[in-house]
Amino acid sequence: MMTMDEFRSLFHNGLIKQNTGLVQLLGLCPLLAISNNVINALSLGLATTLVMAASSGAVSGVRNFVPNEIRIPVFVLIIAALVTVIDLSMNAFVHPLYLVLGIFIPLITTNCIVLARADAFAAKNRPLHSVIDAIAMGLGLTLVLIVLGAIREIAGQGTLLSGIDLVFGEAAKGFVLHVLPDYQGFLLAILPPGAFIALGLLIAANNWYKARATQRARTGLPVAA
Amino acid sequence: MSSQVQIALKNALRTGVILFVFALIGTALLAFTHARTEPTITRGQLEAKRALLSQVLPAALYDNDLLSSQQSVPPDDLLGTRQASALWLARRGGEFSGVVLEAVAPDGYSGDIALLIGIDANGRVTGVRVTAHRETPGLGDYIDRAKSAWVDQFAGKSLAGPEPKHWKVAKDGGVFDARAGATITPRAVVKAVKSALDYFARHRAAFAAPVRGQAPPPAKETNP
Repeated sequence: MMTMDEFRSLFHNGLIKQNTGLVQLLGLCPLLAISNNVINALSLGLATTLVMAASSGAVSGVRNFVPNEIRIPVFVLIIAALVTVIDLSMNAFVHPLYLVLGIFIPLITTNCIVLARADAFAAKNRPLHSVIDAIAMGLGLTLVLIVLGAIREIAGQGTLLSGIDLVFGEAAKGFVLHVLPDYQGFLLAILPPGAFIALGLLIAANNWYKARATQRARTGLPVAA
Repeated sequence: MSSQVQIALKNALRTGVILFVFALIGTALLAFTHARTEPTITRGQLEAKRALLSQVLPAALYDNDLLSSQQSVPPDDLLGTRQASALWLARRGGEFSGVVLEAVAPDGYSGDIALLIGIDANGRVTGVRVTAHRETPGLGDYIDRAKSAWVDQFAGKSLAGPEPKHWKVAKDGGVFDARAGATITPRAVVKAVKSALDYFARHRAAFAAPVRGQAPPPAKETNP
């Protein structure tokens, strides 16, 4: 089993210290493509978390049988097989959910963060720790995706949560927030360049915050912003 | 020396066998999942197709199994297709009552817009759905029924009303609305729906022919 401290440090690592979107900068391809609104971002984030948890658990379970030389091909094989199994099973057994998340699942296969966590963490740690680490990493990515999606959706369309009815049914249509009424839209924010710019700003903000925190810790005095 | 080679060979053989075993397990897992899920998935896909067809052609219009009435038609300029496309013939009490056509608007803002168009026996549009497009999100994508009700304005329209010269977006002097800032997309869709009606007018006699399962007429002008 794991102690509370281990649990906390895994989450701190995944959500903040080694956040995949802002610090490790891994798996940016789907991140940039899908984050044009909050609902898409949330859906991709959760699907990634699910796939990472499953693949990290599986990789960790077989880690003692895999020679070092062939660990990458074996991990790729496990992840690819697992993603396909999840894809097929969701399509067959939870079809409404598949209609929402389905298009994101194949995208996740191309996401290197899944392999990166399998190789960097799951290959060296026990299954429980690996699954927790994967969930923390996935949630960290989900958070960044949501913030990015919110920035791009407000700047691009002046709304929040548009498309929520595709996930939660027609009844949820009322939850769409028109943050900026009669907004003409800002195309750049919705197109891929908007994703790069918004992510760049987020990383800059994160780095600035960290630099400030380090400096404050060193001098022991609050720093003027 | 030779013992070193032997060790290397033995090592290679060992890792090879391990990789093979993993590949075998992976394949078995996939084959098993595929076999278990395939019937459900196929059923779901047919269901989805049936639901889509019923969105463009009201179920009250026909009593035959629309899905099994599917026919393939060669590429046609009026349908905008460059490959064979499908159509579904609806009948009620054995009488021809409508058709669902697959059509393409080739001149969208970013490439083809795939359409499903339902037309009743009198040549009136019963419904239009965009099934695939790459129009700009938040700008031209309101042609998608999931995003807005824009496509609903085609329902009930025919070549008799509005007149052919008014089969245009409002900006070009026609009767169809289009949002400011994105006229290329709706213009392409309006044009494609009108051509589909022209196609229907040209082939109506063949659609209404009582013999079931008959191949539709070959297109008059086929592009290479």
